[in-house]
Amino acid sequence: MRIYVTSVPVDDQAKAEDFYTRVLGFRVKHDVPVGEDRWLTVVSPENPDGTELLLEPSGHPAVGPYKAALVEDGIPIASFQVDDLDAEHRRLVSLGVAFTQPPMDAGPVRMAVFDDTCGNLIQIIEMKDA
Amino acid sequence: MDDDALDRIFKALGDPTRRRIIDRLRERPRQSLFEICALSFAQDGATLSRQAITQHLDMLEKAGLVRVEWSGRTKLHTLDAGPLRAAVGQWLQTHL
Repeated sequence: MRIYVTSVPVDDQAKAEDFYTRVLGFRVKHDVPVGEDRWLTVVSPENPDGTELLLEPSGHPAVGPYKAALVEDGIPIASFQVDDLDAEHRRLVSLGVAFTQPPMDAGPVRMAVFDDTCGNLIQIIEMKDA
Repeated sequence: MDDDALDRIFKALGDPTRRRIIDRLRERPRQSLFEICALSFAQDGATLSRQAITQHLDMLEKAGLVRVEWSGRTKLHTLDAGPLRAAVGQWLQTHL
């Protein structure tokens, strides 16, 4: 068994496609119409055959309260790895990304948390010994 | 400041976890619950539940030592040392 896809629930798939590609730098891998929505996945250009991230519609009534509760407490819904956290933080801030948590050391990692503009907080981490 | 307010402040200080939260909020203001939990785990190796930290924060907030503000839809916590100075000045200082 392998993990081939994981998902984040996004308020608006078109807006999410823009943010996750233009701002974060991922690439669209699959974009298939499914009813009124799309099966829309992105991958990292550093690992195009790696695990896909599904930008999933958050239409189910349970998703809104779930996302809101996580955001209120500052809890990220997904975590991505970068080589240089401070450089990535500077790059994203220059593109207008809002961070709820600026870079900080937390044991073996350095981490930060930002708003994906689609109703979620996303964590980025740098492994210190990597 | 009345006795109830003094009680709340000195009770809030009477716990090592809450004192550590105060220390860290002073070093780094505007922390979310997630950040407070992450720092407490990273720096103390503490495995306190999120619910336990929430209860500690409630006590600090009711004592007026922690102020809450919103960044978008995320709740951030900041230390307010004003009530602490007032409590020390009003009662503790008379014995020092």
